[in-house]
Amino acid sequence: MDFSTFLIQVLNGFQYGFLLFLVASGLTLVFGIMGIINLAHGAFYMLGAYLTYWLIGYTGNLFLAILGGILIMAVLGYLIERLAISYLYDRDHLHQVLLTYGLILIIDDLQKILWGTDFYSVPVPEILAGGIQMTENQEYPIYRLFISVVCMILAAGLYVLINKTKLGMMIRAGASNREMSQALGIDISKIFAIVFSLGVTLAAFSGMIGSPISSVFPGMGSEILIVSFVVVVVGGIGSVKGAFVGAMIIGLADTFGTVLLPEFASVVVYAVMAIVLLWRPQGLFGQT
Amino acid sequence: MTKKVSDNSRRQFLGGVAATAGVAAASSFVPTKFAIAGKAPVKVGILLPYSGTYAMLGNSITNAMKMRLEQAGGMLGGRPIKYIGVDSEMSVPKAAPNTKKLIDKEKVDFLVGPVHSGIAAAMAKIVGKRKTPIMIVPNAGSNAVTGPLCAPNIFRCSFSNWQPAFPGGKLMADEGHKTAITISWKYGAGIQMMAAGTESFEANGGKVIKDIQVPFPKVEFQAFLSDIAALKPDAVFAFFSGGGAVKFVKDYAAAGLKENIPLYGPGFLTEGVSAAQGAAAEGIKTTLHYSADLDNAANQKFRTDYTKAYGKGPNVFSVQGFDTASLMLQAAAAVQGDMGATGDVITAMENAVFLDSPRGQWKMSKAHNPIQNIYLRQVQGGKQKLLGIAAEALEDPAKGCKLA
Repeated sequence: MDFSTFLIQVLNGFQYGFLLFLVASGLTLVFGIMGIINLAHGAFYMLGAYLTYWLIGYTGNLFLAILGGILIMAVLGYLIERLAISYLYDRDHLHQVLLTYGLILIIDDLQKILWGTDFYSVPVPEILAGGIQMTENQEYPIYRLFISVVCMILAAGLYVLINKTKLGMMIRAGASNREMSQALGIDISKIFAIVFSLGVTLAAFSGMIGSPISSVFPGMGSEILIVSFVVVVVGGIGSVKGAFVGAMIIGLADTFGTVLLPEFASVVVYAVMAIVLLWRPQGLFGQT
Repeated sequence: MTKKVSDNSRRQFLGGVAATAGVAAASSFVPTKFAIAGKAPVKVGILLPYSGTYAMLGNSITNAMKMRLEQAGGMLGGRPIKYIGVDSEMSVPKAAPNTKKLIDKEKVDFLVGPVHSGIAAAMAKIVGKRKTPIMIVPNAGSNAVTGPLCAPNIFRCSFSNWQPAFPGGKLMADEGHKTAITISWKYGAGIQMMAAGTESFEANGGKVIKDIQVPFPKVEFQAFLSDIAALKPDAVFAFFSGGGAVKFVKDYAAAGLKENIPLYGPGFLTEGVSAAQGAAAEGIKTTLHYSADLDNAANQKFRTDYTKAYGKGPNVFSVQGFDTASLMLQAAAAVQGDMGATGDVITAMENAVFLDSPRGQWKMSKAHNPIQNIYLRQVQGGKQKLLGIAAEALEDPAKGCKLA
């Protein structure tokens, strides 16, 4: 592998990492703060992609479609938390897993009823179309670079939200001690509804912004869900910073694993996870 | 005819309620459900994916199969049909329990499935050891199913993985390419198709410089595309299907590779998905046992009927479902619905003629796999344009099959 190819593969690794972070951030928020294992996270990702495909048919503009999709998903996430998840905070994880698994089945069938089982694609918007010439025969799609930028902005935004705002303070307080926060006058049920809605919206948003470079198809959420769990576990459950670092590590490991060790392409990611867990069972940035 | 029918209802009762029931076609001993329907239904078990990446394939097959059976009056050999559908979930570990459930619990006469080559091998291992049911594969191309695992009661109405890929390798060599990279998902279909393509490409003077196997069903291709760009082959030979095909073809074009390194492959790369691929698929040449614009009356009727019934055009998968139904109709008609006469059913299926097949006439090989034309197609204006025949009446080598 010559140096320019190496650099391009590094770029590929980070770029994949950014995509993973988008999905994993919502997953780690919901798990870390609310203690809910949300198996339906991948299904919300898929729903985001389908919503974009659907809304773009009306708006003709990707950004308007994403904006509309965000509103729909934020409301949907809020309603699901109020009507279903909120009843399970005191139950053990098995019940939550069953509920969110049930949500997968419902969302999958809903998707089949609304959009059928055909494959769709979403066009890349005009202003972000095309690519940058990297080597004599390879271009890098501008839209992929755009996603990376969006992801960095989002990561910064989440950091500020959780660490610098009053809402973030209440979220952190609720996560570390629910009863005490309530005694101090914080409306925890409202905070949790907001966090869950945020998590759902983040999952859907990654499906939306990723839809032009991905194709939109049934079951697209299940593969990404597994890798996202790996990212969350490597980074440390509940840590957004951990999810970011974890996503970069997994993105790079996957890229170089597939190129350098093609025979083991499918296990490299899990081997990295196993090594990290042996060294730090709580994940890179997890609390013990 | 009458004798056959009473024979048939006797079989239904054997091993069960009353050995006397056979003689009393009109007596009060006969349970009412038989009295009302006249005859017990032929049970058609279906094991296909209805969720996940390949759900579209499962639906296309089922739709066309049911349409063909409806056109024939909704009966098999004069008996009504009972469908027992199971979602395969594309899960190889679930293949064996699902198959056993359909055979032992539901006691199906025909077992139609699957889409996935890995599941096909698992099913064939179970079905091939028994005399019944009759298994008909409406898609999965696993070479083994009509190779080492072939059996008298296993038939295929689609293709072997070798068939659509083999002419593709020659095509690349004929178009002047000296080196190629093969890339596919790492499972039965991908591995076997790449092997067939490589075989004929190298036999015609080409050289495959790298075989890239992507873990199934991963769809993040960027690292592989950079690898291809760095190695600079003359051409790329690829197998992906469904959602993966959409994404691969789009990513390949977005990486700027399409202009410099032409993309070839078995027709699944663009079949049923070229609308979603859009401009990225334009100009790609593929080889497959069907082309939408085949100029024969059967194909035109099929396309009109299917579009009318389901609101969208058919694809190669629906063609395979359609022919699966034709095969069942011919088999059941030959024995007047007496599915217990397994030997006669099998003989009828081996000699079946597919006059009304949308892909053009074909017949069964000794290994029970179609002997069929492989067409050369090119994506033009978002449609599969027929360029000609890439290989005429191509028969799978059926390596390791005792029947052949």
